[in-house]
Amino acid sequence: MSGTVDLAIIGAGPAGMSAAYHARTHGLSVVLLDEQPTPGGQVYRGIATARDPRLDAILGKDYAFGEEIYRRFAACGADYRPGSTVWRIGAEGLSLISTGRSDDLLARRTLVATGAMERPFPAKGWTLPGVMTAGAAQILLKTSRLVAEDAVFIGCGPLLYLVAYQYLKAGVAIRAILDTAPRENLLPAAACLPGALRQPGYIAKGLRMIAALRLSGIRIHRNIRSVSFSGKDRLDTVHWRDKAGEQTLECTEAFVHQGVIPNVNMTMSTGCRHVWDEGQLCWRPELDAFGRTSHEWLMVAGDGGGIGGARSAALSGAIAALAAARDLGRLDAGAFESESAPLLAARRRDLAVRPFLDRLYRPLPGFRVPEDEEAVICRCEEVTCGDVARAVGEGCPGPNQLKSFTRAGMGPCQGRLCGHTVTETIARLSGRAPQEVGYYRIRTPIKPVTVGDIAGRTENAEQGAEHEQAAAH
Amino acid sequence: MGARHPFSDFVVIGGGIVGASVAYGLAKAGEKVLLLDEGDIAFRAARGNFGNVWVQGKGATSPAYADLTREAANRWGEFAAALQDETGVDVHFRRPGAFYICFSEEELQRRSRMMASIGERATVRSDFETVGAEELRRRLPEIGPEIAGATYCPDDGTANPLFLLRALIKAAVAYGATYLPRHEVTGLRIDGEGVSVETEEETYHAGRAVLAAGLGNSRLAPQLGMVAPVRPVRGQIMVTEKVRNFLDFGTNFIRQTIEGGCLFGESSEEAGLDEGTTLPVLRETARRAVTAFPLLRNARVVRAWGALRIMTPDGVPVYQQSPGAGSAFLVTVHSGVTLAPFHAGDLVEALRQGRLHPNEYQPFSPERFDVQAA
Amino acid sequence: MFRPLDVTGDGAVSIEVEGQSRLVPMAPNLAAALLSAGFSPFRTTPAGAAPRQPYCMMGVCFDCLVEIDGVPNRQACLESLREGMRVRRQRGAADIGEKGGTR
Repeated sequence: MSGTVDLAIIGAGPAGMSAAYHARTHGLSVVLLDEQPTPGGQVYRGIATARDPRLDAILGKDYAFGEEIYRRFAACGADYRPGSTVWRIGAEGLSLISTGRSDDLLARRTLVATGAMERPFPAKGWTLPGVMTAGAAQILLKTSRLVAEDAVFIGCGPLLYLVAYQYLKAGVAIRAILDTAPRENLLPAAACLPGALRQPGYIAKGLRMIAALRLSGIRIHRNIRSVSFSGKDRLDTVHWRDKAGEQTLECTEAFVHQGVIPNVNMTMSTGCRHVWDEGQLCWRPELDAFGRTSHEWLMVAGDGGGIGGARSAALSGAIAALAAARDLGRLDAGAFESESAPLLAARRRDLAVRPFLDRLYRPLPGFRVPEDEEAVICRCEEVTCGDVARAVGEGCPGPNQLKSFTRAGMGPCQGRLCGHTVTETIARLSGRAPQEVGYYRIRTPIKPVTVGDIAGRTENAEQGAEHEQAAAH
Repeated sequence: MGARHPFSDFVVIGGGIVGASVAYGLAKAGEKVLLLDEGDIAFRAARGNFGNVWVQGKGATSPAYADLTREAANRWGEFAAALQDETGVDVHFRRPGAFYICFSEEELQRRSRMMASIGERATVRSDFETVGAEELRRRLPEIGPEIAGATYCPDDGTANPLFLLRALIKAAVAYGATYLPRHEVTGLRIDGEGVSVETEEETYHAGRAVLAAGLGNSRLAPQLGMVAPVRPVRGQIMVTEKVRNFLDFGTNFIRQTIEGGCLFGESSEEAGLDEGTTLPVLRETARRAVTAFPLLRNARVVRAWGALRIMTPDGVPVYQQSPGAGSAFLVTVHSGVTLAPFHAGDLVEALRQGRLHPNEYQPFSPERFDVQAA
Repeated sequence: MFRPLDVTGDGAVSIEVEGQSRLVPMAPNLAAALLSAGFSPFRTTPAGAAPRQPYCMMGVCFDCLVEIDGVPNRQACLESLREGMRVRRQRGAADIGEKGGTR
């Protein structure tokens, strides 16, 4: 591993692929690393594999937008490394594991484009086999052509309706949809509608999907106030409360979703400044308009910097690439201005729909902070809401003391599925704002890697000693 | 801000293991205690701590410290049991003994001689064995083939420092102490009644103050006429996912918790207040861990951090009283876990009597550094 | 239960699941293949022996951990399907002994 690359990009979704292409057109050397074996991130998963027109018809036109991004990326001459797990990033570069080999990369700038993850759904029983996210259902449909009959779709947000709609088009029976979008959001969301109508396409598409679902005869229950799951070794019953009272439904598959949030572990591990976004109810890195963080060497593009969707992610990738080129002296001020201006404008237009969506689908507090003591908050360590409440009652000032007292956040997911719940639960119980409560202190390694990997072993033991020497700084 | 907080007998500054131990002991003895602590993100040595209740090798330069350590370790069992009775929190104290793993024959012999020398000068007895490679393999089947041997001491043990901290605070509060986190101390004064302690929101008054603020002591001590000769020494630690039990004994740089995760780390760096990790040290630490226990190669590390030890120039504790047999006391140690029973026990008695008797405390006075300087 | 959307010519792969030979539909990752074969649970938790299956399918939740070819705690949703791979349920904490699975 020799030389310093201009731009290391982590994440092969729309932001990362777009950034790679634009950085290359300005002559930057680019390495793009991604954990998955093929590009596309989550939203464009499977984009590079052989396409089936039938599946495309089910998945919809937007998927085709990703194809264009992928084609340009594939031809741009970036050094693309799939199957690479980046476990450490820093000012001088990063460390990764790829097919059993440890490697270090020197980079002048690092662009984190690792995207978003689904907001946790900490209802009682959510850890039972049979409960998955709507995103998981979509991944299984997109990449493996697998579907589950008679599943119940639970939650709110565009992705939930999209996957249900895709199931409908694929002819798969849906047991019911439990829509948790609170009725009380309608009025405040309506106030954001004028802005949203600057991009009428989004609204029209959403209305078409919802209309199709309503017309299909699928049972849809609206304004759900609480949900729980039960079963012996796997899910067998969904329980909920709506205006008709307490109800149940037998089922063995449930797909849950209540929006997406940035996957902040990578950026948090660097110690750059993060803020609590009250509109999107999530933590995100503090960024300027070009994706620069509070660290000179670190940039962010895409949903990892705040939820904006695939098209904004692609635009942010392009914008960040321009800024990197500028900062590295490969682009003069005039060209930077004239190239970035239309991209910034396009992104502003694309993001105009967000306040409306954020408000309309803002989950009830009871879905973000469990009301049931027995609801598991930390899936990895099986720490319940009651455990957290007791620790807060003993004076735990924040998530890090809480982690040390209860083990919440100490499992292999490294706080990804419990961090936001913990912040909001402590905030609620202690009457403080989430920004003040803070988040887990996230560290290297960004993903779990073996002691052997850190020690710098390779697959081929004979090369081991030689490689270890090369890797030592 | 409303009524003044009632006068306390003692204000303890610092809610780590040392401060919490003292607060617990004082509250249990019937004193009215106020425990002031910083916020969630603090240089909290307690949370970076390894969790060894460690006797062997302590006090090479100070027989008094060797004795202090041995006595405290011998009281750990009843201390842990009392805490469990009082709070329901099990701090996972085990005392199976521990091995100090030596990577060369030379290291083994040097260590063995050093420990024999401590044993000769200490009053409280603690035995040890010098274990060769073959015997070590019998006792620790997973030990690596390159390890030369180890010194084994049956008096060494382990505990969970995080649960210990939780138990101490819970018990202190149960005995009537007031625990105020997010109350960083900004100023201190000796006044007519005793000590005034300023935080951002309010000023508190107490008869006596105990400074147990770790690295923060160096800022606070001079305000009360004391000196806290401490500096941070960083150790980079890693912890793995839970793995099936393979290590029932403690060791000097690797231990397996009850839950199954393995903690390991041994570096000593002058890195200031930087709690980060660095690639070269992580690599070297990982290599040594794999040399010691090859099966760790396949265990996945879930977290790494830089723990800041609170080090005095000679690594031996400092216990100090403000000038003129005054009303403030300073406690600074790097082995807060091992010494917890002492801090909650005999030290509390001395604090209540208002005097650190020279017979016991002279070896721990910071004056010893002046002598060295001169 | 997950089933294929349609019968395609993608073929099937022979793997060993819990010591038994199984033919599973070709899939881009092991988790998808195991779900379509009805494998449940993927793991039981170390603390409470609770049964778990994949939750997120994107490498974030770590609930899809299985033992592959003697190596414990592999995320099935990130592993490619390979002919002959030996898969076992991850029961509790990982067994990291060099032989794997024989302690």
